[in-house]
Amino acid sequence: MAKELWKGNEAIAEAAIRAGCRCYFGYPITPQSEIPEYMSLHMPKAGGVFLQSESEIAAINMVYGASGAGARVMTSSSSPGVSLKQEGISYMCGAELPGVIVNVMRGGPGLGTIQPAQGDYFQATRGGGNGDYRLIVFAPANIQEVVDLMQEAFELADQYRMPVMMLLDGMIGQMMEPIEWKKPPVSPDDLPAKPWATTGTKEGRAPNIINSLFIDPEACNVHNQRLEEKYRRVIENEQRYETNDTDGAEVIFVAYGTPARLARAAAGLLEKEGIKAGVFRPVTVWPYPYEALHEVAIQDSVKVVVTVEMSTGQMVDDVRIGVNGVKPVSFIGQAGGVIPTPREVANAALKALGR
Amino acid sequence: MAIVYQRSKGLTDVETHYCPGCTHGIIHRLVAETLEELDILGKTIGVAPVGCSVFAYDYFNCDMQEAAHGRAPAVATGIKRVLPDKVVFTYQGDGDLAAIGTGEITHAAMRGENITTIFVNNAIYGMTGGQMAPTTLVGQRATTAPLGREKSHAGSPIRIAELLATLDGAAYIERVTVTSPANVMRAKRAIRKAFELQLEGRGFTMIEVLSTCPTNWGLTPVKALEWLNENMIPVFPLGVYKDITKEEA
Ligand SMILES: Cc1ncc(C[n+]2csc(CCOP(=O)(O)OP(=O)(O)O)c2C)c(N)n1
Ligand code: SF4
Repeated sequence: MAKELWKGNEAIAEAAIRAGCRCYFGYPITPQSEIPEYMSLHMPKAGGVFLQSESEIAAINMVYGASGAGARVMTSSSSPGVSLKQEGISYMCGAELPGVIVNVMRGGPGLGTIQPAQGDYFQATRGGGNGDYRLIVFAPANIQEVVDLMQEAFELADQYRMPVMMLLDGMIGQMMEPIEWKKPPVSPDDLPAKPWATTGTKEGRAPNIINSLFIDPEACNVHNQRLEEKYRRVIENEQRYETNDTDGAEVIFVAYGTPARLARAAAGLLEKEGIKAGVFRPVTVWPYPYEALHEVAIQDSVKVVVTVEMSTGQMVDDVRIGVNGVKPVSFIGQAGGVIPTPREVANAALKALGR
Repeated sequence: MAIVYQRSKGLTDVETHYCPGCTHGIIHRLVAETLEELDILGKTIGVAPVGCSVFAYDYFNCDMQEAAHGRAPAVATGIKRVLPDKVVFTYQGDGDLAAIGTGEITHAAMRGENITTIFVNNAIYGMTGGQMAPTTLVGQRATTAPLGREKSHAGSPIRIAELLATLDGAAYIERVTVTSPANVMRAKRAIRKAFELQLEGRGFTMIEVLSTCPTNWGLTPVKALEWLNENMIPVFPLGVYKDITKEEA
């Protein structure tokens, strides 16, 4: 099939519609406003629901209601807006509601900047809302991967009855790349049935209840243990990652999203200087591919593991957990919308090597 | 022998947890009877709030969702947009709707969201133990206003029915109470009218019901009814604040 040139934000919106999503609620914020803009035109054309809400809080709660009513539904925002969604995300996890949440990250904290950043890693992977809950978090590094993962995001959300987050940095939302639509579009009519949804009893069954309240401590504990068991199944089955030239490498860069591309460029620079470097890229940042990273880091050839982020160092905590002390872990990153250059990244590796 | 009174089919047989004399129970029954009489129990999805009526999801005999504090109108919007042919209602207290959820209720009304809201105004935060609500009367004591609400400090009560009636999207807004059999009948008619208009697709409907909280008011159930009549009604006058069927006539 011929390649088409797509902007990241528009591609993610189109990919959602092709994944059978027929329901979008959102509130404008840079650098993701092209998503609601695209949805406002194309969702109704696909026979779906588009609604611009009064806030991100309202949007995520509309997602809650629509998901509880059985719809394949999504919302999108950027960092400050995703902060406002945390309440609803926690409630969706508690009530076991599927849905996809896109975060096109910008610099923070607070109002920060509209430029690309990765400062919401902790919020995405550790949870910014209350309670013991997890999200499946995909962190694609190019627009092809964004559209390839979108269908899977909705499928996993339905399969596990939990929200899935697409964690993009603003660079991926804003840039254009040639992509291919590899998977055939999904029809909403072909989606698996949701017998738990509140669609009206027709007085033929007992009422369905969507709820996250378990007032009795024992019942709440049982509920939490059941969720935890589900999360363990996710950890076992849904880790995704990619490696580039990591076999026999001296330097292992670990990065997700845009920094993974910078790390590839930095590895190229090192190669020219006679140093073999590879890139380990988690595609899911929760569940994090700890064992796979450990396997790469433990190779005899590896001298240093260098984490690259557009933040002051968040994923590096997971890298340390994965590497688990078998090799030194160092960090290079810029925050607030400043993007490290490949040269800076390569120099960080040289410094870690003591050269 | 003729049956003159029995549990409405709109209610499950779960025993409610409401305090003795609390009028939440009467309001539940009026909503349940309405759903039964209009024969819409099988196509109704209710949204419970956070507040004393949080367990409403166990009491109404229809599909239910439990919303975060104040967010019921957004949750109801999500449901209704996906299932436009179903009947969707929210049941919310005054802390839920008139404090933390003012954004959600206002915009649902503004959009003319075709849902029905039952707004239970008891001038206090019941569930959390009698703290001041935005509807608490000036001078009324609350656990966070131990000397009574002071206007210079906390303002005066918010009148939601009047406020939402200014919005074009609101189709029907009435304030009622349930302090006497006659008032209960009037409240029932109002609730029924709201659901009927929803069935006709007319837009946002809200019935504000002045309700008692004997426990946190520190009054007996009977005294609480009297206190409501004497003190709340002058501040929150009963009546129809918006009726698009009249405007059209
Ligand atoms: C986000 C959040 N803030 C606060 C609370 C605590 N809380 C529970 S119910 C309630 C007030 C309920 O009062 P109201 O809506 O008037 O209902 P009532 O109990 O009087 O029927 C509050 C503040 C909460 N559950 N969630
Ligand atoms: S605390 Fe007040 S509102 Fe709550 S159930 Fe008791 S009387 Fe009713």
